[in-house]
Amino acid sequence: MSDETRHVISILMENEAGALSRVSGLFSARGYNIESLTVAPTEDATLSRLTLVTLCSEEIVEQIMKQLHKLVDVVKLMDLNDYPHIEREMMLVKVDVQKHGSCDQVKRLTDIFRARIIDVSDKTYTIEVTGNRSKLDAFLQALSEARIMEVVRSGSMGIARGSSALTV
Amino acid sequence: MELTGAEIFVECLKAEGVETIFGYPGGAVLHIYDALYKEAEHVNHILVRHEQAAVHAAEGYAKATNRPGVVLVTSGPGATNAVTGIADAYMDSVPLVVFTGQVPRHLIGNDAFQEVDIVGITRPCVKHNFLVTDVKDLAATVKKAFYIASTGRPGPVLVDIPKDITAARCEFEYPKEISIRSYNPTVKGNKRQIRRAIDLMLECQRPILYTGGGVVLSGGAAELTQLARALKFPVTNTLMGLGAYPATDPLFVGMLGMHGTYEANHAMHQSDLVIAIGARFDDRVTGNIEKFCPHAKIIHVDIDPASISKNVKVDIPIVGDVKHVLRDLLDELHSRKDWQTADISAWWAQINEWRKADCLKYEQDNESIRSQFVVEKLWEVTGGDAYVTSDVGQHQMWAAQFYKFDKPNRWINSGGLGTMGFGLPAAMGVQIAYPDATVACITGDGSIQMNIQELSTCMQYQLPIKVITLNNGYLGMVRQWQEFFYQKRYSMSYMDALPDFVKLAEAYGHVGMRIERPGDVEGALKEAMAMKNRLVFMDFITKRESNVYPMVPANAGHNEMILV
Ligand SMILES: Cc1cc2nc3c(=O)[nH]c(=O)nc-3n(C[C@H](O)[C@H](O)[C@H](O)COP(=O)(O)OP(=O)(O)OC[C@H]3O[C@@H](n4cnc5c(N)ncnc54)[C@H](O)[C@@H]3O)c2cc1C
Ligand SMILES: Cc1ncc(C[n+]2csc(CCOP(=O)(O)OP(=O)(O)O)c2C)c(N)n1
Ligand SMILES: [Mg+2]
Repeated sequence: MSDETRHVISILMENEAGALSRVSGLFSARGYNIESLTVAPTEDATLSRLTLVTLCSEEIVEQIMKQLHKLVDVVKLMDLNDYPHIEREMMLVKVDVQKHGSCDQVKRLTDIFRARIIDVSDKTYTIEVTGNRSKLDAFLQALSEARIMEVVRSGSMGIARGSSALTV
Repeated sequence: MELTGAEIFVECLKAEGVETIFGYPGGAVLHIYDALYKEAEHVNHILVRHEQAAVHAAEGYAKATNRPGVVLVTSGPGATNAVTGIADAYMDSVPLVVFTGQVPRHLIGNDAFQEVDIVGITRPCVKHNFLVTDVKDLAATVKKAFYIASTGRPGPVLVDIPKDITAARCEFEYPKEISIRSYNPTVKGNKRQIRRAIDLMLECQRPILYTGGGVVLSGGAAELTQLARALKFPVTNTLMGLGAYPATDPLFVGMLGMHGTYEANHAMHQSDLVIAIGARFDDRVTGNIEKFCPHAKIIHVDIDPASISKNVKVDIPIVGDVKHVLRDLLDELHSRKDWQTADISAWWAQINEWRKADCLKYEQDNESIRSQFVVEKLWEVTGGDAYVTSDVGQHQMWAAQFYKFDKPNRWINSGGLGTMGFGLPAAMGVQIAYPDATVACITGDGSIQMNIQELSTCMQYQLPIKVITLNNGYLGMVRQWQEFFYQKRYSMSYMDALPDFVKLAEAYGHVGMRIERPGDVEGALKEAMAMKNRLVFMDFITKRESNVYPMVPANAGHNEMILV
C-alpha cells in the first residue's frame, strides 16, 4: 500500500435529485474517506459542480475515480492533483470580543490574514476568511487569544490553473 | 394520442419488445394492472407468490436469453421484498428493469400508507434508478432504463412510479433513440493494448485463459472458443463463466477458485501469462491475494474499467466488450503472417500431470446416494443439454463441478450474492423463456424452502421444471465449514423437522418422488424426464456428512488446496 495523499477531486454531475447521495453513498459503501465535500449548481443549470477532498493511496484514488465515473449521473471528473491547481475554502468565524483588548487583536489578525469583518455586535465580531486549508487553520490558531464561538467552513473548492478546464 | 401513465407504461413495454413480465399487484400499481388486463395478449404477466421470486425469475429469464428481465411490484412491502433479488442481479451483472409503484406524489415523504423510499434503499445495489416525477418523462425514463440495464456492464435498473402519474394523461411518443451524455460504455478495445496482448500470448510459456461471466453476458463464447483453439491454450472458467467454453473440450481444465480443480488452480499459480476475460478476480477465485499468480503477467479484458486493477494489479488492461475484443484479438493474431506461439508442450505435460490427481473423484457405494453421482447421472440422462439452475450451498458446487456445460447461458446460479432461494424461481424464468427446454433446478433441503411457495406459480403456469433436491438434512455448506474450522460444533446447521417433500409437491398438484438408493437414481431421473408436461419434485436422500472437494481454504494460495 503506497502512502496516503490528499486528493482534490472535481466532479461535474447532473443537477438531479439523488445525484449527491449517489456520490456520498459510494464513499460510505466502499469505505473511502471524505475530508470535505461541497456542491452547487454551475452556470449551466442542468449541471452541478462538486469538489471532494479525500485522503487515500494511489491505488484507492484510481478506484475512486473509476467508481465515480461509473455513476450514471457523473458527467465528467478530474483529480486536480494531476494538474497545477488552486484550492480555496471559505470560513466564517464568530468571536467573543468582550475581553479587554480583544477587539484590537482580532482586527489586527483580520488584516494580516486579509480577512474581513462582516458583522459586528457589542459582544461579537464575525469574520470572513478565504484561502487554502492551511491558511484557515493558521487563522484559527492565531485567534486562540479571543474566544471562538462558532466556526463555519465551506469545505474546499478547486480549479485547475491555465487552460485545463472541467467542462462538457 | 393522449394516454394515461398506466397505458403509456404498457405501450413502452410493447415498444421494447417485452413479451413477459414477472410481478405481483397492490394498491400503488392498480392502474397499471388494469392497463395490463386490457393488453394481456401483448404482454404476458406471470403472477409469482413472493416478490423476491419475481426478481429471480426475471434473472433466470435474462441469464438464459441475454435479454433484460422485467419486474413489476407494488410500493412498500412489494418493493422491499424485491430488494434481495435486485442486489443479486447487481452482483451478477444481470440486466433487469424493475418497476415499483410509489404512493402519489403529494404524499411522498409523509410516511404514507405503504410508502418506502425504494430509490434510496436500492441506490447501492442498482446500476441506476429513477423516480418518475412527471408523466411526460415516463416514456423517456423507461427507454433509458432499458438502455442502461442492457448495455455496458449489465445490471438492474429500478423505476419508481407514483400512483397519480399512472392516472395522469399526456401525449405518448416512444423515443426512437436515447443518448445519455454521462453514460457511454466503451465497446471497442484499445488497438495498441490488443497488439501488446498478442505479443505476450505469442511469447509466453505457461499461459492460461481465465474466463468468466462477462463472456456469457457478451455472447462471446464462440469467439473465445476460436481463440483458445487457435492458440491451444488451457481454459479455466469461473463459476459464472461455466459453459462459456465447452467443458468436454480437452483444453478445458475445469473451474478455478475455492472449489475449483487441482489442475486449474495449480495452472493459475504456475502460469506466466493469465488472460482474464470478463472475469472480476473475486476473492472466491483468487484466495489470498498476496499469493495469487506470483509468476504471471496479467491481461484483463473487461467492459467495466472499475473491474480492472480493483483486486489485482494488471499489466495489460483492455476496456471493451468481450465479443468485440476477442474478434479484434483474432484479427490481430491472424494478421501476423506465420504466427506461432512458443513451445508450450512442457506446460501441457505439467497440466496433464496435475490432472492425474483426479481431484473430483468420489466413490458411490451401495449404501447412500452421493450428490456428485446424482449430478453426473443428470448430465447423462439429459444429454448434457439441460438448462440447470441452482441454489446455494454444497449442491451448487457439485452441480458446477459435475454437470459439464458445453454451451453458454445453460448454467444459471447466484454467485456474487449467493442467495439461497434463487434456484426455483430462476428455473421458472428459464422455462417461461424456453417452454420446450429441459429445465432442472438443483437445490438443497435448506435452499428450496426459501422460495418453495413458487411451486404454486409453477402449477398455475404449467411449468414442467425438474426439481432435484440433494437432501442431506443439513445446511451442508455451513456444516462443512463447521467441520473444518470449528471442530464439528454444528451450530444451527442441522435441519430438523424437514417437510415430507413428496407430499408437499403433491399438495401443490405436482409429482413427488423420493429416491433413497443409489441403484434407483438413474431410473428415477429417466422416469422424471419422461414426464414432459409435469413438474417433478425429486427428493434425493443423500449421504449426510459429505464435503465439497477440492477446497482452497480462506486466505490460502491456489497451490495450498485440500484434496480430500
Ligand atoms: C458457495 C459459493 C462458492 C463459490 N465458489 C466459487 C469458486 O470456487 N470458484 C469461482 O469461480 N466462483 C465461486 N463462487 C462465485 C464467486 O463468488 C463469484 O460470483 C464469481 O467468481 C464471479 O465470477 P466472474 O469473475 O466470472 O464475474 P461475474 O460476476 O460474472 O462478472 C462478470 C465480469 O465481466 C464483466 N463484463 C460483463 N459484461 C461484459 C461484456 N459484455 N464485455 C466485457 N466484460 C463484461 C463485468 O464487468 C464483470 O467484471 C462461489 C459462490 C458461492 C455462492
Ligand atoms: C439467504 C441466505 N441465507 C444464508 C446463507 C448462508 N448459507 C450458504 S450455504 C447455506 C446452506 C445451504 O443449505 P442447503 O440448501 O441444504 O444446501 P447444502 O449445502 O446442504 O447442499 C447457508 C445457510 C445464504 N447463502 N443465503
Ligand atoms: Mg442441505
